[in-house]
Amino acid sequence: MSSFSPGFRGRARSLADRLPPGQYPTEQFPVLSAGPTPRVSTDTWAFTITTETGETHSWSWTEMMALPQQETVTDIHCVTRWSKFDTPWRGVSLDAFFEDVETAADFVLAHSYGGYTTNLPLEDLLDGKAWLVHTYDGYPLSPEHGGPARLLVPHLYLWKSAKWVRGLRLSDDDEPGFWESVGYHEYGDPWREQRNWGD
Amino acid sequence: MALAWRAARLDERRPQTATARSLVFTVPGWPGHLPGQHVDVRLTADDGYQAVRSYSLAAPADGDRIELGVQSVPGGEVSPYLAEELPPGAEVEVRGPLGNWFVRRPEQTEPALLIAGGSGVVPLAAMIRAHRRAGAPSLLQLLYSVRTPADVWYADELTDHDPRLDVRLLYTRQAPPGTARAPARLTLSDLEKPAARLESTGTVYVCGPTGFVETVGDLLLDLGRDPATIRTERFG
Repeated sequence: MSSFSPGFRGRARSLADRLPPGQYPTEQFPVLSAGPTPRVSTDTWAFTITTETGETHSWSWTEMMALPQQETVTDIHCVTRWSKFDTPWRGVSLDAFFEDVETAADFVLAHSYGGYTTNLPLEDLLDGKAWLVHTYDGYPLSPEHGGPARLLVPHLYLWKSAKWVRGLRLSDDDEPGFWESVGYHEYGDPWREQRNWGD
Repeated sequence: MALAWRAARLDERRPQTATARSLVFTVPGWPGHLPGQHVDVRLTADDGYQAVRSYSLAAPADGDRIELGVQSVPGGEVSPYLAEELPPGAEVEVRGPLGNWFVRRPEQTEPALLIAGGSGVVPLAAMIRAHRRAGAPSLLQLLYSVRTPADVWYADELTDHDPRLDVRLLYTRQAPPGTARAPARLTLSDLEKPAARLESTGTVYVCGPTGFVETVGDLLLDLGRDPATIRTERFG
């Protein structure tokens, strides 16, 4: 018998292979953000990649929508411990944006409308592992979930999938982003339970 | 250094509403925390299965004692157990403190506006209690949206006459007799005066269900407040 929480039974254990440690499944779509939802119009929206040499590549909304569009269905995992299975997204693979970008940088700082930032290794954004998404479950992505467009990096905790993303800044150095500066893990692999500093 | 799981013994469970409870635990080795922070609580079943959920700390640091606010969610895996079943004297595990953004630090003694929806009042109660304990002379305003008078947490503390705390309860379904404001969800006019009393650089803390926080955030932007002064925490 466990010495903690006597009499606790919990739910069915059937999801063990799909659920990272310490997570629970939800049918809802909870929201985590640090401040008010920014107002972003697709008329003025732009997505910009800035290389370590200062070279910029930029796409308007119309130009982004003209890139090859992909559907992806994936499980997502939030550091606040909910996981949601089989979420359907539509958007552009980041590989398409990086096609003509010349870089030797190892790290990316994603930045968003509203000032949010998050850092990732560049390799985690390439080779079909990440998208810029604008449609969720057949509908335009709602503002509280990051619309008009957010990153989707489903193999990392969801705070890395920057909402309201407006650009990626490439760098040789790993600069901590917003949550990473106040205690969240620098990488955030849900399967290794990298939630906080030192995990 | 990684945050450790610590044993936490339930000392006391107090009802706040029909379904909400304050749980006071003793956590040997507790490192202390800031008002606004939360902890992870881990439960373990006899077969080793574990479930973890986050709960806000309702009071400022007090040695190795911590107070959590738990709203029992019907059908929930963890909250009904904590609210009704965990026996006093028994242990769970906690990990924390967590969250270094939705916090009010001891050196922050300036006025602030706190806006709560339902059980979102819990981390704000920690800020109010810390403010009182520090004897800070500045004004804290609390706008607290609840369905009915029976849904008010910390009713004793939030209704006494403290000149440094201005509490305004906003009832959404049913108000006490004689309340001038008809029951309704929070609107721009509810926010105008409190926002006007806070200088433009003052911090606004908003905590509640997602829909509530979205609405309040939008209204604060409509009132021209700088988004950088608005800190939010959401659940559900």
